[in-house]
Amino acid sequence: MAGQAIHLKKEILVRIIKAFLSDDFEEQTRLIPYSMRPKGMEVPYRCCIYKERAIIKDRTIAGLGFPIEEDDETVSLATYAKKAMERKEISDKNLTVLQAACKGCATNRIYVTDLCQGCVARPCTTACKFGAISIVNGRSVIDDSKCKKCKMCVNACPYNAIVKISVPCEDSCPVGAIKKDETGFASIDYDKCINCGRCTVACPFGAVHERSQIVDILKAIKSKKKVIAMIAPSIAGQFPGTIYQLKTAILQAGFDDVYEVAQGADITANTEAKEFVERMEKGKNFMTTSCCAGYNQLIKKHLTEIKPYVSDTKTPLYYTAELVKKELPNAVTVFVSPCVAKRAESFENKNVDFVMNYEELGALFVAKKIQITELEETKYTVESSKQARNFGVTGGVVESVKASLRDEEAIRPFVINGLNKDSIRQLKKFATSGCCDDGCNMVEVMCCEGGCIGGNATINNQKTAKKQLETLLNDSKDIDKI
Amino acid sequence: MAKVTVKVCLGTTCFVMGGNNLQELNDIIPEKYGDKVEVMGSNCLGLCSINWEYSKAPYVKVDEEVVTEATVEKVLEVIDKKLA
Repeated sequence: MAGQAIHLKKEILVRIIKAFLSDDFEEQTRLIPYSMRPKGMEVPYRCCIYKERAIIKDRTIAGLGFPIEEDDETVSLATYAKKAMERKEISDKNLTVLQAACKGCATNRIYVTDLCQGCVARPCTTACKFGAISIVNGRSVIDDSKCKKCKMCVNACPYNAIVKISVPCEDSCPVGAIKKDETGFASIDYDKCINCGRCTVACPFGAVHERSQIVDILKAIKSKKKVIAMIAPSIAGQFPGTIYQLKTAILQAGFDDVYEVAQGADITANTEAKEFVERMEKGKNFMTTSCCAGYNQLIKKHLTEIKPYVSDTKTPLYYTAELVKKELPNAVTVFVSPCVAKRAESFENKNVDFVMNYEELGALFVAKKIQITELEETKYTVESSKQARNFGVTGGVVESVKASLRDEEAIRPFVINGLNKDSIRQLKKFATSGCCDDGCNMVEVMCCEGGCIGGNATINNQKTAKKQLETLLNDSKDIDKI
Repeated sequence: MAKVTVKVCLGTTCFVMGGNNLQELNDIIPEKYGDKVEVMGSNCLGLCSINWEYSKAPYVKVDEEVVTEATVEKVLEVIDKKLA
């Protein structure tokens, strides 16, 4: 995401947490837009300071966990803060659009610019298969009602005079779930949305927000209950310091214990390896992984035909949360997540109470002034394997299943590195034909490019995150064979 | 001429607020300036804790000059000015 938009979102999270930790949460929350844009300040982005404050207010509403769309502007942030404190339930609608920010975006269309020379050859008119282009006053004109946005004319014009006007959120969505409606505002169709979070990153105005559960988590920490953090494998590389220092930092932030979800990833890998062997013995051609929450949403909403080929093995989070709740039935469990899709998965899993993404955890460290690199290390009760800790990198899951088998050659992997229109089409083809390309028999699907380290709520760039992760992998043991 | 020293803050706040991209400086600076400029990571420079100034993170120090909301471009600009 554009650097400033993400900076702004994080700053608001820090301020909400600071407000919570102060002695007057409601009043301090009400003041957030005024503290960030005090009277007389130079206006950084919008037309005036009042609009800046209005937009910051909307972003704060999302940070408090409420949908911005339902705000009628009369309710003060103090009231929202109060409502957040009283809230018992969280919603399954994980995203919310700040429509006041998205209005500046033009509609998705193909447009002929002034560079059109009105040439004799007119390659655009021949390239268009839908008869949408005609010549008016010696220039090409597109009839929007006929145009299918195929971009054939864009590619055909020798003057590069025809352009596609993009709507970044629409372009980024692999399933067409976010659209600008007739009023020009973007809105999300939750029946289609797979919660991949791509739109939150793509929008240059930072208009799409995750509905944060940070207040609910802080409330649980403040209560007498035990609160357990379960950190996703991709977290290694997201913060300075080691994952052992990170554990100390999370404990200092108020959690009672920290589990690596990689612990569950070891179970997932071993279970999936057994399942793979069974399926192959039954004569199946291929099996796909089942641990990516975005992919699971895709299967449910758009790709039911692939169901018979999807592994029945549960996700690393599932096994970890089950374990924690067995050991500590009254504990509140918080999954620390790289993406919004895991919010959807967690909502359906009674063993996971809340989700906090990496940005929110980072904001909590900032608000509490925790310096990770200066802390002592704390060991985990169970040390996870190298392969499990690499679960969040593209190719890592199928590698771990492979490493679980004595005959590693039995697996011929096919890796889907990121869901997009092409890879979804490919998966559809595998499902309908009943076999995978190139004689492969195990398909790993990760919704985000690069894997979970490319998740929408990650902090570090992939290159440096990977470098940091590799240091940890080098010191980790190999996975058990089945 | 004295060497220019660049300190990139590796404190939690700077990292969380966008400091990760500054790690590129470790490659860019030696390549561009050779041994005229020295770049190093630094523990928290303590700049974020003064008066809510975390919102100006990430920070980089070029000799004694503090670069706020630091980006690779901003830091290089300050170095160029020092060397000119």
